Amino acid sequence: MIRRLLASIPLLFVVSFLVFVLSRAGGRDPVDAILGEKGTPEARERVTREYKLDRPILVQYGSYLEGILTRGDFGKSYIMQEQPVAEQIGRRFPPTVELATAAMLIAILIGIPAGLVSAVWRNTWIDYLVMGVSLLGISIPVFWLGLLLIFALGGWLPIGGNIDPSLIIDPHTGFMLIDAALSEEPGAFGDALRHLVLPAMTLATIPLAMTARITRASLLDVMGSDYIRTARAKGLSGLKVVTRHAFRNALIPVVTLLGLEFGYLLGGAVLTETVFSWPGMGTYVVDAVFQTDPMAICGASIVIATTFIAVNLLVDLLYAFVDPRIRYT
Amino acid sequence: MIDKRKLKVLRKHKGAMFGLALLAALILFSATVGLVSPYQPGHMDAERLMEKPSKAHLLGTDDTGRDIYTRLGHGGRVSLLIGLAAVGLSMAIGVPLGALAGYLGGWMDMIVSRVLEVMLALPTILLAILIAVAIGKGMSALILAVGIVGIPQFARQVRGSVLALREQDFVQASRALGASPARTLFREVVPNALGPIIVLATLGVGSAILTAAGLSFLGLGVETGTPEWGAMLHEGRRAVERGRHLAVFAGLAITLAVLAINLFGDGLRDALDPKAEKKA
Repeated sequence: MIRRLLASIPLLFVVSFLVFVLSRAGGRDPVDAILGEKGTPEARERVTREYKLDRPILVQYGSYLEGILTRGDFGKSYIMQEQPVAEQIGRRFPPTVELATAAMLIAILIGIPAGLVSAVWRNTWIDYLVMGVSLLGISIPVFWLGLLLIFALGGWLPIGGNIDPSLIIDPHTGFMLIDAALSEEPGAFGDALRHLVLPAMTLATIPLAMTARITRASLLDVMGSDYIRTARAKGLSGLKVVTRHAFRNALIPVVTLLGLEFGYLLGGAVLTETVFSWPGMGTYVVDAVFQTDPMAICGASIVIATTFIAVNLLVDLLYAFVDPRIRYT
Repeated sequence: MIDKRKLKVLRKHKGAMFGLALLAALILFSATVGLVSPYQPGHMDAERLMEKPSKAHLLGTDDTGRDIYTRLGHGGRVSLLIGLAAVGLSMAIGVPLGALAGYLGGWMDMIVSRVLEVMLALPTILLAILIAVAIGKGMSALILAVGIVGIPQFARQVRGSVLALREQDFVQASRALGASPARTLFREVVPNALGPIIVLATLGVGSAILTAAGLSFLGLGVETGTPEWGAMLHEGRRAVERGRHLAVFAGLAITLAVLAINLFGDGLRDALDPKAEKKA
């Protein structure tokens, strides 16, 4: 396990360097790119010095990395509100975690039972229904589904942001549900919850569909194995065999999938967040791209990649925990 | 590789046949749009902005008065072409890379595996966005971005298959007969790993269309004005209330195309699965 952990460190360096280079590419002078239209000669000189822009890219990267590792400093975003990138990310990260968690809960609570039902009543109408809907779920573009939900339910539920802007909520934790519950504003928690419904439903679609499909496939796979036949031969009822014997083993691939999906949602909710103007990492990256703010693009992407790698590592750990046959040395 | 028996399994697969029919219908729709529609995809009619579907404009018009039916048809060509070209690119790089890594092992495998790990460390759409940022807008840039993010899937799949095949008797036999490593790899090993690659390529076209549409929806894909399904969805959303029918039709086209491809791909997987053969 330690070895896996250590292996992810060089990976992070390479990924962050790649992101660093990609976010600076595009053929523009880096000083112009960083400062946008605001480049007075003094500012240009300051930025050149600060980010060592007159030096080779490896030196620039080294100095950037040093800032992150020693001071948690991701540089300053000159284009988007002239703030440190780290501060902006700190504000954008919790809403993304909140949305991803809500979506995962929906996916688990509906996806696993749906897959289970589908496997137990295999080749019946209910199986066809569940599998048909989940195939549709992985085929539909999430941003379109989001728009359809807005068209259909936008009259009843909020369709943008994570709270009514007229409510004044103190940012204690950054998680809107918690902050709203702590606030004095009446009805704030309910409002935050209502804002979460449509984006969470949209974002849940793919993990939900995949969870149902994997749960079914994995359960059917396990049901065909010898020890299940033994359990049946002992005279156990069909349902007991499934719940007592098959289900636990069938969950192993499901857990892996859920972990991977969670990692994706934490950084990949770009489209859903855009559709619902959710103030998270996804919209941050998109805004940064459109305002061509390389410091913001780079910082956000590095944070997303780090989260993604960390979640994958945790999944591997969890995997060993769920399946005692696996041991990492 | 695809023998008669497998073809028979596939032909009896209801989902696959439905998917194939749906795909054929979409291709037919795109191919005949020039014959059916009197309009050009770029033709704007300032008198008829955002019109609801009517006899003159079967699916209505968009926010610059262009005929949606015509644009959807031309958009189908663009979207399908992007999907196919992107998967072609992913395969052209991913398959040899994975095959070499799996067959040669050692430092080659080490390097390839590390490169794939790096590519997989960013969520697909983010990696595609970053590549799009670096290389710019336009159709070939879009194909490049979507194609690059698809490489790891193919490379991993092929690497796994090749690792499993490498030690099999017929491969050893080929080597013993004095065939060069390249000949053994590309004449003996890779053809036997083709089944999963074909399935992956089929399903890959679907996900490539989705990723490309996503980028275009964000405004990072094709150039403004190109009739492409994701870009049309973007235009429909920009026009808010009045753009609803545009957004609905464009999204429906993407969904139907991806659904058709996924249905066919699933059927293909069932047909090519050696386990399924026993049952048949």
